[in-house]
Amino acid sequence: MTVKVVTTEAEREDRDALAASPLAVRGLTVSYGEKPAVFSLDATFQQGAMTAIIGPNGAGKSTMLKAALGIIKPVSGRVTAWGEALEKMRARIAYVPQRASVDWDFPARVLDVVLMGQYRDLGLLGRIRTKHIQAALHCLERVGMDGFADRQIGQLSGGQQQRVFLARALAQDADLYLLDEPFAGVDAATETAIISVLKDLRGLGKTVVAVHHDLSTVTEYFDRVFVISTSKIAEGSVADAFTRANLQEAYGGRLATAQMGALG
Amino acid sequence: MVWDALTLQLGYNATLVTLGAALLGMAAGATGTFLFLGKRALVSDAISHATLPGVALAFVAMVALGGDGRALPGLLAGSALSAAVGLLCVSALTNRTRLSEDAAIGAVLSVFFGFGIVLLTVIQSMSSGRQAGLESFLLGSTAGMLRQDAVVIASGGAIVLLLVAALRRPMTMVAFDRVFAASLGVNVPRVELAMMGLALAITVVGLKVVGLILIVALLIIPAVAARFWTDRVGRVVILAGVIGGLSGYAGAAFSATAPALPTGPIIVLVSFALFTLSLFAAPNRGVLAAVLKHQRFRARVHERQGLLALAQRQPIYEGLTLRLMQRRGLIRADGVATELGQAQAAQALRDERRWQVLRSNPAYEEAAASYDGLTPLDDVLTPDQLGALDRELRPKGVS
Repeated sequence: MTVKVVTTEAEREDRDALAASPLAVRGLTVSYGEKPAVFSLDATFQQGAMTAIIGPNGAGKSTMLKAALGIIKPVSGRVTAWGEALEKMRARIAYVPQRASVDWDFPARVLDVVLMGQYRDLGLLGRIRTKHIQAALHCLERVGMDGFADRQIGQLSGGQQQRVFLARALAQDADLYLLDEPFAGVDAATETAIISVLKDLRGLGKTVVAVHHDLSTVTEYFDRVFVISTSKIAEGSVADAFTRANLQEAYGGRLATAQMGALG
Repeated sequence: MVWDALTLQLGYNATLVTLGAALLGMAAGATGTFLFLGKRALVSDAISHATLPGVALAFVAMVALGGDGRALPGLLAGSALSAAVGLLCVSALTNRTRLSEDAAIGAVLSVFFGFGIVLLTVIQSMSSGRQAGLESFLLGSTAGMLRQDAVVIASGGAIVLLLVAALRRPMTMVAFDRVFAASLGVNVPRVELAMMGLALAITVVGLKVVGLILIVALLIIPAVAARFWTDRVGRVVILAGVIGGLSGYAGAAFSATAPALPTGPIIVLVSFALFTLSLFAAPNRGVLAAVLKHQRFRARVHERQGLLALAQRQPIYEGLTLRLMQRRGLIRADGVATELGQAQAAQALRDERRWQVLRSNPAYEEAAASYDGLTPLDDVLTPDQLGALDRELRPKGVS
């Protein structure tokens, strides 16, 4: 670790970098108890790119996202969105949590869940109007779930649950999409559907950041990677940062040779 | 007499109390739904038991100040204060120690209740003349209830009901997916605090009618019963309100006919009856529906397996399969296939073959995911797709 000596010049440069980035963290440390789950992270996610956050189990990938969104309170650190305080920019950020984090026996239809994405627009007492429903149905169509609106969410398969969560995020009509393991335990058809939606979003100039597990698809799906193992290992384009050396550092002995093979 | 009570013909006061109890029940059912769905149901039990020291201390304070120790508003204020302290203890124990919430609830509930009982005993021995009947707060009683008491209860219930309606959206979000709610900028701790605050209000308002030991039932049972009938959260809330309202109404009316009977247990029994009805009779989620559904499903499995066995000229051993197929006229009593049986067997076999082709072809991956051995392919593919599939079948020489 190099010691950072902050000069005004460097400060100005960083301020420009922050202003250009839809989401950036500086010195982020989060801890459950006495042991930091992530330590002193700096990250600058790039506008219009698809970034994979990769690292071994327990490396702090999900924690980093949650802390960046203020869902978990960090011990220290600063988060900015487009150079501004996060709270000001919430309306432009959509988040897709892990689908296992909720009880799918909850009494709700698919449409009800997608409508939750429009909560900020609806407010406490605002009536759900045709335009909200139309928007929600359109989002379901985009993830290939048209015809499922009236389905009880308990009847969905894992892949369908994940698509409903993605549709809810689309309903937020955001500029930055943060996804926590969107491909975990989903069928191949769902994986294809999700990645095509995400690539469409990038085509529209939106920014996508996803916690990702499967090293074999990183090159195919993403432009950039953020390699983490409690602290940051590397950040950059897939060509620069998704390297054998970086992965070895992050995964240590846990990196199977088969996975290394995916790197070519 | 009971009929008179249920039709509100026992006089002005009894009528007022009954209506108050109904409103309270509605508010309790609606509030409890959010506790139940957020898996926080038992917190309300800690809240309610933590009211007792407050009731006792408020009585002592009012008497010491030379007032009437039995004044309901004072007692309720005291109970609300100590319930709030209890709630804070639960949340502090959960958040600041390694104790899980259920352990914290158990600790707070028993300690506060025990302390309350000690205070109550001391009060009873001290001012025997002014015996205030504080023990009626344990199980609830409508006997000797004043008109203004009923008004307090009714308006308390109405206010809580309005607040539930106003906060339904954030409370639903937090109950379903608190992480997502937080990502939207919803202040999750504050929403949960509001939820607990509403439960606390219900407990305090319901203290006189239902009693602190059983108020948890009025919060939880209606929601659990309502959940059987519908899969939509808004309807669960409304239905729980109706079930809670009916329970409060009937419970208060019955107890008006027998003043010695505590009201709380009667209300609980009424809501339990409605719960039992829901448990068995509800469509889809009810026990009877589940049994019927399972039997239908089992029959489909056996019939399909039987037909495939027929088509492949394999013996059928299972008695149930034979009985079912005979009943449908697919086989004769001696086990030989009827004409109908042969036709359907051939159809089942063709369907199974089509599935095989479909599942080995990556182009049909999405459709292949719906294979379960039972669903006919006609339900999954359009006629055009089926035609294309059949063209693949033919060259292999399958008739």
